[in-house]
Amino acid sequence: MAEPQPVLEMTGIVKEFPGVRALSGVDFRLFPGEIHALLGENGAGKSTLIKVLTGVHSLDGGTITLSGTSVRFDSPSQTQQAGISTVYQEVNLCPNLSVAENIFIGREPTRFGRIQWKRLRREAAELVDRLGLDIDVTAPLSSYPLAVQQLVAIVRSVGTGDADGQGAGTKVLILDEPTSSLDRDEVLELFALMRRLKDQGVAILFVSHFLDQIYEICDRMTVLRNGTLVGEHMVSELDQVGLIQLMIGKALDQLEELHDHQLRSDVGESLLQADGVGRVGGVAPFDLEIKKGEVIGLAGLLGSGRTELARLLFGADQPDSGTVTIGGKQVSMSAPNDAISEGVAFCSENRKTEGLVPDLTVRENIILALQASRGWTRPIPVAQRDELVAKYIKALDIRPANPEARVGQLSGGNQQKVLLARWLITQPKLLILDEPTRGIDIGAKAEIQKLVVSLSEDGMAVLYIAAELEEVLRLSHTIGVLRDRKLVAQLANGPEITPTRILETIASGEHQ
Amino acid sequence: MTTTPRWRALTHHHLFWPVAVLVILLLVNVPFTPDFFSIKMTDGHLYGSLVSIVLFGSPLILVAVGMTLVIATGGIDLSVGAVVAITGALTCSYISDQADQSALSGVFLAMGIGLVAAVVCGLWNGFLVARMGIQPIIATLIIMVAGRGVAQLITDGQIITVNSEPYKLIGGGYWLTLPFSIFVVAAVVAVTVALTRRTALGLLVESVGGNAEASRLVGIRSMRIKIMVYVFCALCAGIAGLMISSNTSAADGNNAGLWIELDAILAVVIGGTSLLGGRFSIGGTVVGALVIQTLTTTIYTIGVPTQTNLVFKAAVVIIVCLMQSPKFRAKVFGGRFGTKPGAKGGTGQPAAAQAEPAAATEPAPKMEVS
Amino acid sequence: MSTTTTTKRPPAAESRTPSKAAQLLGDRRLPVLVTAGLFLAMYVVGLSRYQNYGFGEAQVFMNLFIDNGYLLVAAVGVTFVILSGGIDLSVGSVIGFTTMFTAWLVERQGLPILVVIPMALAVGAFGGFLMGYVIHNFEIQPFIVTLAGLFLFRGLCLVISKESISIGDSSVSSMAGAQVSLGAGFLSIGAIVALVVLAVAFYVLHYTRFGRRVYAVGGNEQSAMLMGLPQGGTKIAVYTISGFCSALAGLLFTLYIQSGDPLHATGMELDAIAAVVIGGTLLTGGSGYVIGTLFGVLVLGLIKSLIQFEGTLSSWWTKIATGVLLCAFILIQRAMTARRKT
Repeated sequence: MAEPQPVLEMTGIVKEFPGVRALSGVDFRLFPGEIHALLGENGAGKSTLIKVLTGVHSLDGGTITLSGTSVRFDSPSQTQQAGISTVYQEVNLCPNLSVAENIFIGREPTRFGRIQWKRLRREAAELVDRLGLDIDVTAPLSSYPLAVQQLVAIVRSVGTGDADGQGAGTKVLILDEPTSSLDRDEVLELFALMRRLKDQGVAILFVSHFLDQIYEICDRMTVLRNGTLVGEHMVSELDQVGLIQLMIGKALDQLEELHDHQLRSDVGESLLQADGVGRVGGVAPFDLEIKKGEVIGLAGLLGSGRTELARLLFGADQPDSGTVTIGGKQVSMSAPNDAISEGVAFCSENRKTEGLVPDLTVRENIILALQASRGWTRPIPVAQRDELVAKYIKALDIRPANPEARVGQLSGGNQQKVLLARWLITQPKLLILDEPTRGIDIGAKAEIQKLVVSLSEDGMAVLYIAAELEEVLRLSHTIGVLRDRKLVAQLANGPEITPTRILETIASGEHQ
Repeated sequence: MTTTPRWRALTHHHLFWPVAVLVILLLVNVPFTPDFFSIKMTDGHLYGSLVSIVLFGSPLILVAVGMTLVIATGGIDLSVGAVVAITGALTCSYISDQADQSALSGVFLAMGIGLVAAVVCGLWNGFLVARMGIQPIIATLIIMVAGRGVAQLITDGQIITVNSEPYKLIGGGYWLTLPFSIFVVAAVVAVTVALTRRTALGLLVESVGGNAEASRLVGIRSMRIKIMVYVFCALCAGIAGLMISSNTSAADGNNAGLWIELDAILAVVIGGTSLLGGRFSIGGTVVGALVIQTLTTTIYTIGVPTQTNLVFKAAVVIIVCLMQSPKFRAKVFGGRFGTKPGAKGGTGQPAAAQAEPAAATEPAPKMEVS
Repeated sequence: MSTTTTTKRPPAAESRTPSKAAQLLGDRRLPVLVTAGLFLAMYVVGLSRYQNYGFGEAQVFMNLFIDNGYLLVAAVGVTFVILSGGIDLSVGSVIGFTTMFTAWLVERQGLPILVVIPMALAVGAFGGFLMGYVIHNFEIQPFIVTLAGLFLFRGLCLVISKESISIGDSSVSSMAGAQVSLGAGFLSIGAIVALVVLAVAFYVLHYTRFGRRVYAVGGNEQSAMLMGLPQGGTKIAVYTISGFCSALAGLLFTLYIQSGDPLHATGMELDAIAAVVIGGTLLTGGSGYVIGTLFGVLVLGLIKSLIQFEGTLSSWWTKIATGVLLCAFILIQRAMTARRKT
C-alpha cells in the first residue's frame, strides 16, 4: 500500500520562551483518515506543539504544510477557517445555551439580521444526526453530562469548517485529553464518533494519558520528550514497554545504573490503612497500608491517578467509597481538616494555586498550617514563631533567608521548601509530597530527596510522587504502581525490583 | 538618580501614598484658610479644622475599618448603610419611649438593642456568603434594600428625636477637651488591630482572601472566619449608627448612613487594600477615610461649590482603580511597574498564557465545567 | 420542557439524570413563571380585597405601566448588563442627571425638547460606553467602575444646579399629558415608549447574533472568547445600552414628574436590579428573560399600589417587601445553580 500524502506536515518546529526552548526541531505528520496519538510526559512539549499548530503561539522556526500548501497561522480563528479544529479537555462551550446554539453561535443563519431559529435547529439536528449521535438539540447544554457536552464540542468544531455546517471543511481535528473525566461507556461513545469522522477522511490528533485507549483507537503515534521528537511509530509496531521507555526516556540499562538501593532501617507499625477507597472520576477503589517511617513511592505515567490517590488520602477530594483508618481510628475525610488533625500533611503539585498565598511573607506562609490547627484565638507566641521559622529557613536553606520576603517572589525551589517547612513545622505523621521536585533546579532537588530520607529515618511516613522512575526507586520502601486511574501493584523495593520490572508492570497493568 | 535607600524604603511603605495624599490635601487648605492647622480652646473644648475632620469622619472610619476585614476575605458588604440606619432607629426609638431619656440604664439598654440588631444583620450576611455560597455583592444587597424599609418601619417614617444627655455624648459630646467620638474611634481601631494582629485572625483572613483553595488545603475553617468578619463589619456599622444618630440627636431611617457603604469601600481602596482580597491595612483604611473627609472639607474651604464633591470622588475612585489595575499600568507605563508577581487569576487567560512560558509546558489549568 | 436525552446513557451516568423535581428546578423559565404567578396571585388578592375601591378597573392595571414605565426602561438596560455577567450601579444617577440636564436645557437655555432628547440620550449612552470601555480594557470590576459612574453623574446633577428645576415648557407638558386611549383605559406616552423598548429588547436578545452573544458572554466569558466571539465589544455594547436606557428612563421620568431635581431617582439602581432579579435573571449572568424583567417591574409596581389601596400601610413596606422577594429569588437562584454545578 503506497503511503498517501499527509494532510498536515510540520517540519523542524522550534518554539522558544524566555529561558526555555520548548520545542527544538520537531517533525510531525498527520494523514487523512487516521487517528494519531501525541504522547509525552510533563514538559515534553505536547501542549506547545498543539498551540503552535493552532496559532495560539507564534512559530520561531520550521514550517507547517496543510494539504500541500505552506501555511502560517496567527490566531486560533484563522486555524479554524483553514480546517483545523480543536476540542479541549475542559469543554469551552456555554452551558446556559441550547445544544443547537452552541453548535452555531457566532455563525447563526440569519435573514436581514434576524436569526432563523427553525433553520438553526434543523441544521443542528441534521449535523448531529449525520454524525450518528442522538442528542436533543433544543435542550440546554447544561442538562447533559460532561461526556455529551464534549461530543457537542466536537460537533461544533467539525461544523465550523464551513458556514453550511456540512462538515466537509474540517480536515484536522485535535482532541486534547478529551477522555480524562469520562467513564468507560462514555469513552466508547466518543470513540464511535471518532471512528465515524475517521471514515469520513478527517485526520484526528488524539492526546490521552490512557495507554489502553491509545492502543484501542489509534493508528499511529508520535512521542515527544523534552521538546524533541523521539519517535513516530505505527501503534501495531510498538509494544507498551517500548512506548513507556520512549516516553520516560532513559534507556533501560541507563536506568539500572542510577538504581542503587539505600534501604534504611526496618519500618515501624502500621500508620494508615485505606480499604477500598476510591472516587468516581478520580481513582478506582484501592487498598493501601502505610507504616511509620515508610516511604511509599507512586509510579505511573502522567494522568495515571497518582495525584488523585494522594488527594483522597488527604481529604482534599472526598472519597465516595471505602474507609481510611489512621492510627487505629477511622477518619471521615470530609475535609482536609480531618486528615490534618490526624497528622497527615499534603504538599500539592500546584504550588501556586493550591499551596502558597503569594501575597503573604515567607514567615506567614510557613506558620500557616500550624496556626490553622491552633485556631485564630491562639496565635503562636512571637518568640517561638520566629525561632521555628528561622530554624526551618536554615534547615532547608530557603533563600533569601528573609522571613519578611514575599513568597510570590521566590524561585520555584525555594517556594517548594517553604511549603515543606509549612508542613514539617506541624510534625506530621504522614507527609504526602506530590511532585515536590518538579520545575526546580537540580541542587534543590537533591536536597529535598535527602530530606525525605532523613525524615523517614526519624519515623515519619512519606508518600512520594514523582514523574521520574529512578527518583521513586531510590527513595521508596514500597512502590505503588498506577495505570489508567488504578493502583495495579504494590512492590516491596529490593534488589529484584528494577526499572524494567516497574515499566513492565505499568505496561501490562497486572499484579506480579 | 539620587534616591537614597531610606527614601526608597519610605516610598515603598504601604502607607506612603495614602498619607502623602492626605498631607497634600491638608496643605492645599492653608492658602485659603491660613489658620487651618490652628486649634483653639473654647469653653474647655478644642476646636479647629483638624478636630472637625476627625469628628465628622468618625462614622466613616468605623464603617471602613469593618469593611476592610470583609474586603480582605475577598468579599464586600453593601448593607452597612442600612445597618447604620437600623441601629440608630432602634436605639433612638427605645430611648424616646423612656420616661427619663437621660437614665443611664435605659441608654445602655437601648444601645445594646441597637448593636444586637446590627450583629443579627451581620450573621445573616455571613450565613448567606459563607454557608450558602452566595456572591457577597448579591447577598448583602438584600439588607441594603430591605434594611432602610425596616429602619423606617421602626421610626414609623418619622425622624425620631431624642433628648438624652448621656446618649448625646457618643457622637456630639466632649471628653478631656476632645470630641468623645474620637475616643470611640480610637478604641474600635485599637480593638480591631489587637484582634487581627495580636491573634492569628489577621493572618487567617489574609490567607482566605489571598488564596481560598490553598487555605482550604491547609485546614483553615474559612466559613467561621467569614461569618466572623461580616458580624464584625456589621457591629462597626452599628456603632457608627449610634454615633450618627447621637450627633444629630435624631434617627432618620431614610437618610442616616446613606451612601456610607460606597465611601467606606472607597476608603478601604485608597488605604491600599485590594478589592480582590488578601493583604489588608487598618492604618491605611483610617488614612483613606480621613482623605475622603478632608476632601469634603477642602472643597468647602477652597470655595469650590460643595456640590462638586461627588465629581471629585468619582475622579478619585477612577484614578485609584486605574492605578491598581495591572492592565492599565502595563498599557500606560509599559514594563516599568510590571505586574505583581503571583497576581490573582491564572485561570488561563490567553494574554497571560502567552506571556508566561511556564504555561506552555504545563497542562492548561483546569477550568470549572458546569 | 423535557430535557430527556435519548443518547444511550451508560449506567454509571444514571445518577446524573435529574429527578422530575430537579429537572423542574433546572428549567430556566421557572423563575419567570414563578414571578408571573406571583404577580397574578397578588393581583387576585388585590381584586378580592379592594374590589369596592375600584381595584378592578382596567385603568388601575394600566397605571402600573404609566407609573413604572421609567423603571421598566431602566430595568431593561440593567437586564442586558446582568445577562452579560456584569452589574450597573450608575442607573439611578444617570436618570437623575438626565432629569436635571433636560430641565436645565429646556428651562434655562430655552432649547426645544425635541433637540434636548437626542442630546440627553447621547450623553447617557456615551457615559455607559466609557464605563464599559474601562471595565473591558483595564479589567476593573464593573461594580467599582459603575460606582464611580454613580458618583460622577450625581455630582454632575449638583454641578448643574443644587435646586430643583420645574419644567413649565408647554410642549413638554402636552407630551406628558398625552393619553393614548385603549378602550377600557389609557396609557401615557411614557408607558408606550417603555413597552416599545421592551419589545425591541426582546427582539434583540432573542433574534440577533448580538443578543445571543450577550447570553454567551454571561454564560462563560472564557468560552465565548475561545469560540471566537467578540466578547470585549459585547461587554462595552451592553454598558452602552444600559447608559442609553437609563437616559431614556430619565427622560420618561422627567415627563412623569415634570421637573429636574438633583436628588431624583436616588437609589433607583437598586429597584432596577431588584426588578431584574425578581424577574428571574441570574445575577451571575447568562440566564434570564427580559419578559421576566417586565413581571419584576410589575410586581414591584403592584406592591406599591396594593400598599396605596390598603391605606394603613406605609410606603416603607415597599422596601421591605422588595427585600424579602429579592432574598427569596436569590435563594431560588442559588438552589438552581447549585443543582447545575453537580
